[in-house]
Amino acid sequence: MATLLILLPLAAVVLLNLPMHKALNKAAFWFGVLLCLFQAILVTQAPAYVWNSCPYYVSRLVKFFPMVDSLTLVMLLSISIVGFVALLTARYSIRDNERLFNFSNLVILAFGGMNGIVLANDLFSLYVFLEVTAVTSFILIAFHGDRDALEGTFKYIVLSAAATAMILAAIALLFIVTGSVSFRSLQAVLTASSSNPLVMTAIILLAAGLFIKSGLVPFHGWLPDAYTAAPAATSVLLAGIVTKTTGVYTLIRLVTDVFAVSPTLNTLLLIVGMVSILVGALAALGQSDFKRMLAYSSISQVGYIILGLGAGTALGVAGAVFHLFNHSVFKSLLFVNAAAVEQQSGARNMDKLGGISDKMPITGATSVIAFLSTAGIPPLAGFWSKLIIIIAVWQAGHSHYAALAILASLITLAYFLSMQRRVFFGKLAPGLDLLKEACPWIIVSACVLALITIGIGVCIPWIFGTFLLPIRSIL
Amino acid sequence: MTLDMTNMVLLMALLAAGVWTVMTSDLLRSAIGLAVTSVILTLLLFQLGGPMAAVFELSVCAGLITVVFISTISLTKPKTVEVRQAYKLRRLTRFAFLPLILILVGYYVSTSHVRLDQKVLPLPASVDVRYALWALRRLDLVGQILIILAGIFGVVVLFKTKNDGEEEKK
Repeated sequence: MATLLILLPLAAVVLLNLPMHKALNKAAFWFGVLLCLFQAILVTQAPAYVWNSCPYYVSRLVKFFPMVDSLTLVMLLSISIVGFVALLTARYSIRDNERLFNFSNLVILAFGGMNGIVLANDLFSLYVFLEVTAVTSFILIAFHGDRDALEGTFKYIVLSAAATAMILAAIALLFIVTGSVSFRSLQAVLTASSSNPLVMTAIILLAAGLFIKSGLVPFHGWLPDAYTAAPAATSVLLAGIVTKTTGVYTLIRLVTDVFAVSPTLNTLLLIVGMVSILVGALAALGQSDFKRMLAYSSISQVGYIILGLGAGTALGVAGAVFHLFNHSVFKSLLFVNAAAVEQQSGARNMDKLGGISDKMPITGATSVIAFLSTAGIPPLAGFWSKLIIIIAVWQAGHSHYAALAILASLITLAYFLSMQRRVFFGKLAPGLDLLKEACPWIIVSACVLALITIGIGVCIPWIFGTFLLPIRSIL
Repeated sequence: MTLDMTNMVLLMALLAAGVWTVMTSDLLRSAIGLAVTSVILTLLLFQLGGPMAAVFELSVCAGLITVVFISTISLTKPKTVEVRQAYKLRRLTRFAFLPLILILVGYYVSTSHVRLDQKVLPLPASVDVRYALWALRRLDLVGQILIILAGIFGVVVLFKTKNDGEEEKK
């Protein structure tokens, strides 16, 4: 059944682009929405045997038996939620039907690429689907074709090409040493030959490539420009799930399933995670562009995920995956709100905004929920995932990293309070008297994401048993 | 000339063509340089006993990709003489770090006892490229179809935007 999650997006795009596609112009958006809902229902409702079964005709078409575990399911759910929200944002922000058709097709293709990454069980397939997602992302960022968008795309392409070269070189080196690219075979061989210089070189190259894809410091140069210049719906997709799937998820999968956990690798992850947390948070403090501030905030929050992974314990990995999911949700919510503010007011500069909470009450309220969750305020989802990460890092004997992570959370609170005050609270800025709340497409997106953020926070005892403990078992 | 010597000459030619492709200031020359690089790589692949890989390299990279690049470049406007002069002066500075990287990699390879000939992986006679592609790596073909579709949408989206912009200017 899992194979269908790759084949369905492909079939949908082919079907939508048959010669009578003019009649299907509006259908592309609904196809995308249905695919997201189908995936979300499948992940939350389907019993385990469904994932391992495969319809006869599908197995004749593609012989592929993916390894579906708790981490895979969490990622598939995140992809469906963020994909759904990105499509609703596109419906709100792209008025022209033909452009919405093209955008929806590209989102469906990205959807297939990300599902492929999550379901891949060997390094080469992983690389192919990383490229699918990267190519669709380039086009989605450059979608409007203006100078800033092309500049952001160019930076992303150049750094992404460097990352691709590193990943491909690493795959070639690992193939030379082990004679295989499958995760299972690699794990067995790499555990026995972890001191081999070729293996070490390959691990360093893979890690560096994935750090670029994740937008971690010092490889983050492309991220603020790409997130800021991209169309609103692309920003939601990129910040919500694309960088998480191509970079962070892949890193978690390889560290837990392929590489033997080593103190050197853990130290590298801890340092990169901590530097990203601090640099991202401090850079976010100085921004006046709404989306740029959120982009730097993303770097900081991804740093927390890497910090949890660097703890090298089962609890740390569980916390990292939990924060990955939470961050997908609340960062998407913040970018959805940024899209609503930009579309309604025509401004992204926080100095030109102010007091719009009265005019846009739902956007203002959901923004408060998202920023409190990002800053780790109880009882929202972000608080629990950060708490688990900090406890895991502390228990692993890295108390100084844990203390710095707590301090950085205060910086997060500071820049989000500043954002909230400059954009939503205080006196209404001049020229915004006629401002109205965004249309239902965007309100539905914001409310769904806010409810997930609150729901996870309030239902943490249930989440702990059904979500976190199964993730711990992947180690 | 021995086989090793031929390979060495081809490798040097490959490096020279690659460097020229990256460093030349003209986009068209760069595309042609890429095609030349692909042709030399094809010869190397033949030399090393990979005829199917060589055929793919020649047909796709040296042929198809070059045609796509040159078609796309033909749709762009050439740079003015002033811009080209300014660019010529600037462009070399951005490659200043390349010799440093080459020295560092060379030093690492020579001191870390890395042996790239660790394992020879002969494929069984029955496993040819067709079998590898259609039976072993069919999922990757699905991925490649997705990439091609994304590329088509890229051309549609970006070139349509360009045409719209030009029509608005008129």
